[in-house]
Amino acid sequence: MSLDTATVRRIAKLARIRVDEAEIATLQTELNAILGYVDQLNEVDVTGIEPLSGGAQMAMRLRPDICNDGEMPEKILANAPDRAGEFFAVPKVVE
Amino acid sequence: MGYMLEGSTGAWEIVVGLEIHAQVISESKLFSGASATYGGAPNAHVSFVDAGFPGMLPVINQECVAQAVRTGLGLQAQINLMSRFDRKNYFYADLPNGYQISQFAHPIVGTGVVEIELQDGTIKHIGITRLHLEQDAGKSMHDQHPTKSVIDLNRAGVALMEIVSEPDIRSPEEAGAYVRKIRQILRYLGTCDGNMEEGSMRADVNVSVRKPGEEFRTRCEIKNVNSVRFVMHAVEAEAQRQIGVWESGGEVVQETRLYDPARGETRSMRSKEDAHDYRYFPEPDLLPLVLDEAWVEALKSKLPELPDDKRRRFCEQYGITFYDAGVLVADQTTADFYETVAKGRDARLAANWVSGDFFAALNRTGSTIETSPVSAAALGELLDLIGDKTINGRIAKDVFEIMVETGKMPAAIVEEKGLRQVTDTGAIEAAVAAVLAANPDKVAEYKSGKDKLFGFFVGQVMKATQGKGNPALVNEIVRAHLG
Amino acid sequence: MSLTDLTIAQAGAKLAAKQISAVELTAAHNAAVAALNPRLNAFITTTPELALEQAKAADAMIAAGKAGPLTGIPLAIKDLFCTEGVRTTAASKILEPFIPPYESTVTAQLKAAGAVCLGKANLDEFAMGSSNITSGYGPVENPWKRYGSDAKLVPGGSSGGSAAAVAARMALGATGTDTGGSIRQPASFTGLAGIKPTYGRCSRYGIIAFASSLDQAGPMARTVEDCAIMLGAMSGFDARDSTSAERLVPDFRAATARSVKGLRIGIPAEYRVDGMSAEIAALWEKGVAWLREQGAEIVDISLPHTKYGLPVYYIVAPAEASSNLARYDGVRFGKRVDGEDLIDMYERTRAAGFGAEVKRRIMIGTYVLSHGYYDAYYLKAQKIRALMLRDFTLAFDKVDAILTPTAPSAAFGIGEKMDDPVTMYLNDVFTVPASLAGVPAMSVPAGLSAEGLPLGLQVIGKHFDEETVLTVSAAIERAVNFTAKPTLMAGAN
Repeated sequence: MSLDTATVRRIAKLARIRVDEAEIATLQTELNAILGYVDQLNEVDVTGIEPLSGGAQMAMRLRPDICNDGEMPEKILANAPDRAGEFFAVPKVVE
Repeated sequence: MGYMLEGSTGAWEIVVGLEIHAQVISESKLFSGASATYGGAPNAHVSFVDAGFPGMLPVINQECVAQAVRTGLGLQAQINLMSRFDRKNYFYADLPNGYQISQFAHPIVGTGVVEIELQDGTIKHIGITRLHLEQDAGKSMHDQHPTKSVIDLNRAGVALMEIVSEPDIRSPEEAGAYVRKIRQILRYLGTCDGNMEEGSMRADVNVSVRKPGEEFRTRCEIKNVNSVRFVMHAVEAEAQRQIGVWESGGEVVQETRLYDPARGETRSMRSKEDAHDYRYFPEPDLLPLVLDEAWVEALKSKLPELPDDKRRRFCEQYGITFYDAGVLVADQTTADFYETVAKGRDARLAANWVSGDFFAALNRTGSTIETSPVSAAALGELLDLIGDKTINGRIAKDVFEIMVETGKMPAAIVEEKGLRQVTDTGAIEAAVAAVLAANPDKVAEYKSGKDKLFGFFVGQVMKATQGKGNPALVNEIVRAHLG
Repeated sequence: MSLTDLTIAQAGAKLAAKQISAVELTAAHNAAVAALNPRLNAFITTTPELALEQAKAADAMIAAGKAGPLTGIPLAIKDLFCTEGVRTTAASKILEPFIPPYESTVTAQLKAAGAVCLGKANLDEFAMGSSNITSGYGPVENPWKRYGSDAKLVPGGSSGGSAAAVAARMALGATGTDTGGSIRQPASFTGLAGIKPTYGRCSRYGIIAFASSLDQAGPMARTVEDCAIMLGAMSGFDARDSTSAERLVPDFRAATARSVKGLRIGIPAEYRVDGMSAEIAALWEKGVAWLREQGAEIVDISLPHTKYGLPVYYIVAPAEASSNLARYDGVRFGKRVDGEDLIDMYERTRAAGFGAEVKRRIMIGTYVLSHGYYDAYYLKAQKIRALMLRDFTLAFDKVDAILTPTAPSAAFGIGEKMDDPVTMYLNDVFTVPASLAGVPAMSVPAGLSAEGLPLGLQVIGKHFDEETVLTVSAAIERAVNFTAKPTLMAGAN
């Protein structure tokens, strides 16, 4: 499979990365090189194989329902690029 | 024939399926130890995990899992001993990680069923497709600042259960009954407070219409409807809109819509749809959720009696009508109140008192069972006073009103006000004699055949005894004197 | 011997015997950092004052008789570990202003053990790379030089700053992280030992995520024993990481002194890839011989899906990364570039904040997860990943450890292998399979190339059997007696 420029633009949009028109062609070439490389996986027969989705092969531990975190709005907000009082602030969203 | 909407081309059937998002009752959030309590100062109930800080990892809350299992059991649904979490990827300012942790491919609860009752008493079963656990997002507010939207992450990461129904619902009434029933079950189970005003329960409503006998047509999803009434209105309004589209030769487009209660119509949210592609994949920070069968059984054994079971038991055990039982099991507190009153007493009389005078008093005084001036024990005592003939039913009403006003116990009120029933035949004989003597003309009329006057004499005697005369005795003696 | 030339074990002994103080040891390393870092760029942020404070506290611990083997030991911390109050960037411009209000579990454990933090080591941006060229803070220079050449070589990556710092004697050891070879390949390029433990052995809490199902922290140091000492302090169960294993931490250091006699060592046929250089093949043969001489049994094995490791990795890792890096949106932390509206702000912030390689991987990851392509790419890759795990499981029925080369070449020049991304990816061909299977693997220096550059051999073990990996690695280390030193190092000329 190989990507056309429209797909490159759509992917950039989905990933929320602004891509200048001038970069599209280069990106297309690079991404297609990677996709071309991974295409060799098509030769593997995976019939009946369960996918391995995690790094660890065990069941999940469950945490007791205890409140022991939070209540530190200043620390939460300290790194914010923009804030309005106790809130994070972003450009106004018109709904 | 079921509910139909009449269009210019004939009758249309409505097809509805609901996705109910119910906030799980728990102390802390689904994947962090921050408080799940509603409210709080902005960004106070927030951990670094909830705010999606670099290197932060989710750890699942056992109680949220237990609540989902309890709810699944309450919906008579299959509990999946192996389930898994996935990431649903999209960007939004109140979604800190850029993904929501949800269960897409392997939900914790599978198919189940819910019984709803319609106005005419019809019982209908609505299928449950699945229930899964997921995180709530934070809150964006657009009206707090002139040029900015502001974000509070207090709700971010609170556990939600998404309960998905089959498209089995066929009318606005059924949709309303279904939402109410789900809310009732969740409240009985203590897994969600069902408070739609605060947003702890909200519904996405999928609506389509079709000609009877047809396959399903294209549906639209109405997002975030936050009251039972609005769910019913939204179904109706959207169905009418779709009928209009089809009948004018148009095509209904699958899309997300919003219900506007002020206008009573739905409108498209297409602007927000812009190429949604959630790119679900298994959440690599979490492992498969494997439940121990014995643990699930233990949860099952501790489930409270659910409303349908309770209603049937009330009918059998207390001999009350199916309708009355339905009223009394509406919520757990009412049912418990009734049972306390009914225990060891005339259960039907108890049902009449609870659903009649007692509910009326609550309405009138704007109180709830918890804040009511009349406790179950007090109402029970009142029933005892009637039962042992200390007072009669008429006086009981007066005593009850005093109980509502003062919060005093009925026996004390009866003593204080001297309201004991008069069962002394001598006193009643004297009162009857006096009444007849004072009304010779009425006696003559009665004797000449005006039977209706019997009630007049009884009333006069009761008045003479300040209402305390035992009604049966009064009747008997009046009859004897007139006979 | 100069203080900066000690091993962790030697320095620990001298500290315990009060022959040196932690403050002296740290001051010597601070001086080495000040002298060499401007050239090598191994650290993004240096913390000399903090280091001295920690050294004083370490001396107090030693005086109070509460010292452990890492007390007072100056380390470099890869700038992917969040350190409370100390800027943490992941070598990305997008995190340039980020000061974590929390500490990663691994660094907290090192701190508790009395270790000293000299600074935050450079890396490939978000650990995506094998050369350190993708760092937003400039490339790291490998302190090693080819014979008769002053060409600047890469230290490998992504833990290249950590590797350069330890190799150049600016630190006694360093933390690294390894997603597809990011500890082992730079260790091989700089003449160090470095171990990626079993997935789940070290907590990932507070480590900036690249690919969650692959990321593992581990130590890099100049000897296998030093790695064992550090690994002991870095390991252990952490309730804050759902993938952390509830297992006791064994005495790793003791494992380095054991004999390989009777151990069965597997040699996988599939690692003999087309075009393997004669030099690498010969080194591997030597490794086999050294182990056989010490009494190990050599067994030919097969890991049939080895060749699919890289393509699987370059689907799985970018997919997870595309999601993990979605949080860098300019809202709660890090850099923001203003825009006309929210979406424009996101797009500008991420375009300016991420470098080219990170963007490429986010784009690839987004694509392979997108509607209509998930099954063909991501799901397929995860199924082949399952087959690779099965390959290892079957192999480990027959052998106790596996020996392979660490990397297909020695360190290359800054600017080489830049033609296209795939050429660079080939660096990870031998390291990626162990990452995908989650098994522990270590690179140990095994000799010098004809050009005078270090080359490493890789020892792969069973899940949670780091001890055997350390035993085998230490046996190779003893046989090699690697005494070569880099051109650029503290105390040299």
